[in-house]
Parts: sequence; structure tokens; C-alpha cells
Amino acid sequence: MNNNDSLVNQKRRAILGGTAAAITGLAIAPGVFLTETAQARPLDEAVSSKQRWGLLINTNNCNDCNDCVTACQDENGWGSGSTDEQKSREDQKAQWIRTVKVTDNQTGYAKTLPMMCQHCENPPCVDVCPTGASFKRVDGIVLVDKHICIGCRYCMMACPYKARSFVHEKLTDQRSYAPRGMGTVESCTLCVHRVDNGEDPACVEACSSSMIFGDLNDPDSEISQELNRHGGTQIRADLRLNPGVRYQGLNF
Amino acid sequence: MHAMHLLKTISMVVLLLTAMGVNAGVPIPKPIHGEGQCVEPEDIMKRNHMEFILHQRDETMQEGIRTSKHSLKQCISCHAVKDDDGEYVHVDDSRHFCVTCHEYAAVSIDCFQCHADTPRSTDKHELRVNE
Repeated sequence: MNNNDSLVNQKRRAILGGTAAAITGLAIAPGVFLTETAQARPLDEAVSSKQRWGLLINTNNCNDCNDCVTACQDENGWGSGSTDEQKSREDQKAQWIRTVKVTDNQTGYAKTLPMMCQHCENPPCVDVCPTGASFKRVDGIVLVDKHICIGCRYCMMACPYKARSFVHEKLTDQRSYAPRGMGTVESCTLCVHRVDNGEDPACVEACSSSMIFGDLNDPDSEISQELNRHGGTQIRADLRLNPGVRYQGLNF
Repeated sequence: MHAMHLLKTISMVVLLLTAMGVNAGVPIPKPIHGEGQCVEPEDIMKRNHMEFILHQRDETMQEGIRTSKHSLKQCISCHAVKDDDGEYVHVDDSRHFCVTCHEYAAVSIDCFQCHADTPRSTDKHELRVNE
């Protein structure tokens, strides 16, 4: 496919979809995007609590394809996106996002959903961290500051979503924007390096049919509008963590 | 008189040997310069680069400020050294920009346990240069 073709297709997609997300792909020159500069916060400006980033996942459209997982691996350099972690057992290796199949035992009705850090408003991993390495950015993204993580793994035990992993061996194959290293805990960063550049996380880019990324604080954002119209489920809402990741179609 | 002369000769020889010893020791490192002007004057960079990187580290981590000035990624990007085969050298190689001085000063670097020590052409998100 040449450049003209893809441009036409992208325009067509933008018109058909009529969504801001689709227009993001409209390139005016290689690497220069029309809406990116408009959405992106200036590089030297700190993030603010005006935003709260969130994800909405429609499990009705999820078709067990695993694209979100491979996109994350490729983007952040873990699993199949890396040649490291050869000595670790399967259950020891990094797992930032995984697919989970939930089945209703009575009816046999089953759903597959991607599970990752839920970017809670009240994150238990932050509560228990003895050094302050596990923290929540003011815009709601929960991260590990690996500079001060001592690898105690208390956060891994505290997380009800089993979203974090520990790096057991020396790594050499890191991405420059996603540093990871032995002796530290890691998890989904909501692709913070992309979000800071006004882009969507890699998983959302790979699966725009069932994932929406956006600002939960902005009532006009696509994600807020969709939640307002059709609602969404918090996983383990009983824990009152108010996760930033919401699901649709989990009606068992 | 004779003893005095001998002492003089010995001290001269010792002096000479000491001078030769310095010359024959570990050579002063000559790290490669990046293209164009560095973000700070060279003498300030030599003494304070760790402070700049540390400050930028916390701003990027906590506040999402991703300017290229004082970012480790930008250091690596400008000062990357290639070997004879045209491949970027890693920190296990004495020719790596950071290693040239750190090896001389016997100061270990922890940065590259997590951070990439070479620029990667496969990185999909190159650092955006601040206009």
C-alpha cells in the first residue's frame, strides 16, 4: 500500500467513524500529525490533576485475538518484544497485560477480557510501598519509580488484580522510553510516554474496536460520553478502589 | 663529597622514574564529542552532569516533563560510539562514552541496569526535540 492509498483510507475511516481517535491518524507529512500537536501538553509543562486518564474496554467486541498483549510487548520490550528473561520460569516472567477468560459456571457463558494495572484512584500498591516508589501521578496513572524501588514486592501482594511483575534477571534489551531492570517491580504504565506525547496507549492503537482511551474528568471526551450512555463495570468494585479501567459487556 | 654526589644522582633517577611512571599509567580519557554544541559548557558538564540527570529524572518520572535538555536519552543519542562494524558499543565496552571516564575514575554507573545504553533505530518513539 502506498502513501496515497493509506491517506485516502485514513480519511475515509475518519469520516465513517467520525471520532477524534480516528482523525489522530491523519498525517500531513511523515511523522507529523494534525491533531497531535493540538492535544499534546507542552513538553516542559507538568501533568495536572485536571485530567484523569482511563480506559474503557468493551468485552462484547473482544474476540480473543491477543493483539493488545503483543502490541504491549512490542512497545514496552517485554515477553515476545524482548530477547531477555531466558532463565525465568513462565510464571516469573514479566506480564504487563494478559487475557483472562471468565465463565459463568451455571450457564457456561464465557467472556475474554484484557487484564492489566487498573490505575486505581486509591491504589493499594501505593499504600503499602515502603519507599514511595509505587506512586500515582496526578493525572491518575499508577507507576513504579524504579530509581527508588527496592524490589520488596509488597505491592505485588497488595494488588487485587495481580497486575505487577518482578524482574528476576539482568536485562539488556530495553526500549529507551520504557526502562526496566533486574530487582524492580513493573506493570502497565498506560504507555505514559505515549500519553505525554498526546497519543493513545499501544493496546488501544492495536484494538480500537473495543478499547477507548481518554480523560475521565472531561465530560465531553469519547470515553466519558460512552460511559455516560452505556455505563461500565469496575472489576472488584466492592474494594472501592475506583479503577481508571472500566469494562462493558460483563453482564453475567 | 662523593656520597653527596651519589645522593644527587639517585634522587635524579627517582625523579625521572616517577615522571616516566605517570606517563606510562592510565591515559587521560578523551570522550568523544557529540555533534554541535552540548546543552551546557563542557567544564560544567564534567562536574555536574549527574545533578542535571538526577533533576530531570524526577521531573520526568513524577511530572511527565519530557524535555530533551538534560535527559539521559539525549546524552546517549548525541554521544553514541560505533565500533569498527558500525554497531553501537554497549556499556561493557571501554569505548562507550560514559564508560571512558567512569572507568578512569573508578565510579560505577547504575543507569544502564534499566536504561538503554545505545540509541535504537527500532524505537518507534524517537525523542521529540523541544522547539
